[in-house]
Amino acid sequence: MQLQDLYRDLILDHNRHPRNFGRLGAPARQALGHNPLCGDQLTVFVRLEGEKLADVRFEGSGCAISTASASLMTEAVKGKDRATVGALYDQVHALLTEDGAQPDASLGKLAALSGVREFPARVKCATLCWHTLNAALGEGSATVSTE
Amino acid sequence: MAANLKTAPARPYDVARVRADFPILATTVHGHPLAYLDSAASSQRPRAVLQAIEDYETHSHANVHRGVHALSQAATAAFEGARERVRRFINASSVREVIFVRGTTEGINLVAQSYARPSLRPGDEILISALEHHANIVPWQMVCEQTGAVLKVAPINRRGELEFEAYLKLLSPRTRIVGVAHVSNALGTILPVQRIIEAAHAAGAVVVVDGAQAVPHIPVDVQALGADFYAFSGHKLYGPTGIGVLYGREQLLRAMPPWQGGGDMILTVSFEKTTYNELPYRLEAGTPNISGAVGLAAAMDYVEGLGIEAIAAHEHRLLQQATAELLRIPGIELIGTAAAKASVLSFTMKGVHPHDLGTILDSQGVAVRTGHHCAMPVMTFFGVPATARASFGCYNDESDIAALVRGLNKVREVFG
Repeated sequence: MQLQDLYRDLILDHNRHPRNFGRLGAPARQALGHNPLCGDQLTVFVRLEGEKLADVRFEGSGCAISTASASLMTEAVKGKDRATVGALYDQVHALLTEDGAQPDASLGKLAALSGVREFPARVKCATLCWHTLNAALGEGSATVSTE
Repeated sequence: MAANLKTAPARPYDVARVRADFPILATTVHGHPLAYLDSAASSQRPRAVLQAIEDYETHSHANVHRGVHALSQAATAAFEGARERVRRFINASSVREVIFVRGTTEGINLVAQSYARPSLRPGDEILISALEHHANIVPWQMVCEQTGAVLKVAPINRRGELEFEAYLKLLSPRTRIVGVAHVSNALGTILPVQRIIEAAHAAGAVVVVDGAQAVPHIPVDVQALGADFYAFSGHKLYGPTGIGVLYGREQLLRAMPPWQGGGDMILTVSFEKTTYNELPYRLEAGTPNISGAVGLAAAMDYVEGLGIEAIAAHEHRLLQQATAELLRIPGIELIGTAAAKASVLSFTMKGVHPHDLGTILDSQGVAVRTGHHCAMPVMTFFGVPATARASFGCYNDESDIAALVRGLNKVREVFG
């Protein structure tokens, strides 16, 4: 278990300076994600243009892993279509939970999250934003919880 | 308050000897010696407790209160002996006042469902404090929904102390029950329970004390306190999980209908009519946690052997030292700075979420609790999502504080 695998420079940077932080007004979709275990709470906003995620933002408060993961996620999914985002979600999920999963080149910066797998108590911190994005992309607005 | 307890031994507190009694403390975590600073969540067990459980399971186990055979009688003697041990520990006037439950949570729920629910009327009031654990909030909210009673909350100040004058003002002829922690799990505040009880009794209310965090640190004499109900858990007192105690004044317990029905709590059963057993069995349906009770009794022997006042004095020294050392670390803010505190050091570090802090401390072998400590209203009051909490037990020493401080400096290094 290596601390520097978890708190990589990229993660710390996105925690300190989260990208796409803030709200999107209507008619953007939004969903609230909550991890009752640690009190992390974030809202993901998505503005769709047809199938494309034209803009994605998030706000809330959480630990470094959940903040950095959300920040990296917004960068990664912005401008992509739903199908691509769905595939990305599956890849990130595998990276975070499956033993021996190697980051694919298509993951880009999201590969920085691979260290989280060695810290099982923290996996939910990293996946919270993705579940919340999924909820926002579903029908209407929703609240998701990690528990 | 400590009239029933022997005074602490005059010899100095030998923490090295105490540590040697706890096998788990020899564990290494991620290559570091374990610094266990999470006793407020659950304490570790000394060898004497582990041995008592093993001896019971090896030589004496059968079901209690049932068989005429030798083992059943041995098990019954062990279980009822444990009840007497508990009675002495808290100075209850009778073993009929000692109800074995799973833990504090179950004890409070028992009072809520068996005492409060049948007697409360719409508009009656239940008064709790703003620093309660969820276990002393939610059972009352449930009973309010069931009866139409109203939950009132006495405020705390920024140090995490009960606003006593505001508490007095909230007491009214409608107040039927006061529910209050003896020691706050999230803040460490020791509440003036005796004064709280006197005022509640003057208003005609019955008092339920959540003693989960108090029994490991404060000599508890339920009669001197005047408590009507007092609940605590074995596993925070160096005993096993799944066993706890609800003390209740006999007069109140006698009037309470059984909470759960089943074996052990009856005298006779027919399909037409069932008659209930005497106290305490009437409130203990089903086969109890026998080895848990045996382990709890051994834990009480152990604690009294060390002297609870000696333990408290030792922990207080550690708390003072840790408080001073943490305040020297830039960015640390203490949450809970009551004048009277026991064992608990809750804090935040500027710019670092407690969850990250907990992970980094864990990587250094330091076990602390991070989160809302099942006291979300307390977190809301202090405007934080969570805190980190270091808590001390009889086995902690300066090396644990040094490991905590090293760990916190590591946190600063990572998040620099």
